[in-house]
Amino acid sequence: MTKSMDQKQNLLKGIIKENPVFVMLLGMCPTLGVTSSAFNGLGMGVATMFVLIMSNIAVSLVKDFIPDKVRIPAFIIIIASFVTIVEMVLEAYVPFLYEQLGIFIPLIVVNCLILGRAEAFASKNNLFSSVVDATGMGLGFVLALTTLGGVREVLGSGSIFDIKFVAENANTFILFILPPGAFIALAYLSVLFNKITIKDM
Amino acid sequence: MDYIIILIAAVFVNNIVLSQFLGICPFLGVSNKVSTSVGMSGAVLFVMTIATMATYMLHQYILVPAGLDYLRTITFILVIAALVQMVEIILKKVSPPLYQALGVFLPLITTNCAVLGVAILAIGLENSSLIMAVFYAISNSLGFALALIVFASIREQLELANIPEGMKGVPINLLVAGLLSLAFLGFTGLV
Repeated sequence: MTKSMDQKQNLLKGIIKENPVFVMLLGMCPTLGVTSSAFNGLGMGVATMFVLIMSNIAVSLVKDFIPDKVRIPAFIIIIASFVTIVEMVLEAYVPFLYEQLGIFIPLIVVNCLILGRAEAFASKNNLFSSVVDATGMGLGFVLALTTLGGVREVLGSGSIFDIKFVAENANTFILFILPPGAFIALAYLSVLFNKITIKDM
Repeated sequence: MDYIIILIAAVFVNNIVLSQFLGICPFLGVSNKVSTSVGMSGAVLFVMTIATMATYMLHQYILVPAGLDYLRTITFILVIAALVQMVEIILKKVSPPLYQALGVFLPLITTNCAVLGVAILAIGLENSSLIMAVFYAISNSLGFALALIVFASIREQLELANIPEGMKGVPINLLVAGLLSLAFLGFTGLV
């Protein structure tokens, strides 16, 4: 019983207490770069989550065979292989998303979130815990990116997941789909996140 | 003429940090003092130029002729990681004063997405050549330096300001970055 409780904790910590974006500030480049719409945020989040789960699995399986000195380069190769898979799959099956995310797909390799989890968690824990940890962290990342993309899309384009709810030629707050809007929206979202999670503020 | 356009576009119009969102981690992480941000900028200029030169040649002379274009991501990150290690060792031996100035920033650069980002963007340039790719890397690292140093100067002033409790730390920094990015948006249409 306690073991399953632990796993539940392990899963939930990535979503709220150690949220990779709002709390730990990891993976900021894709967070700011691709979230001009909710769909792009979701796509990037899911792609990153896939790489995170797969590389956590691989790292926790091979951790005993890798000499300590070369573990970081080894992790990078594992991560880069899965990123290449994601890159090819997206290009073949979702070319629209591939165009939208552009340079940020190969850059999943240098997302500190993934290397961070490989080093801090998967290299020390067994397969099952590593998968749970990666799923929690991945969900936290997906949630943060989709929320930020949603807020920016609602304010900037007057739509959500491409469903428009304002008139065709209505004036929207275009600033929010331009680069400055990313910084400003994330600033206020993290204030809100602090307000919710830290009660005595 | 092409080169002037590349320079202005990279430094002002499509600033690598403020409009392309590459290298946000060091931008937010090492910008609390102007002196450290100058050191970081120097290290990025150094590594980005060498890394782009190496990856461009790797892509042009090995990957493309061999039809291994899909290995781009893996090979580039390996080359960059190895290069950073090598630069660190060589600097330590050859130029201790330069190592003193840049040393602490070098390990951080491997995971700086600006370096990998510029290396990938450089091979996609129109009618590119090795010289143009290197010039592109230098321009972008100057853009990085400009954004980082201006941001660090603002943050130094911010230490003295009276900031609402909930805005302290990350939110106010992001807000400042947003306003800075808004200012750079004014350069749109310059080239």
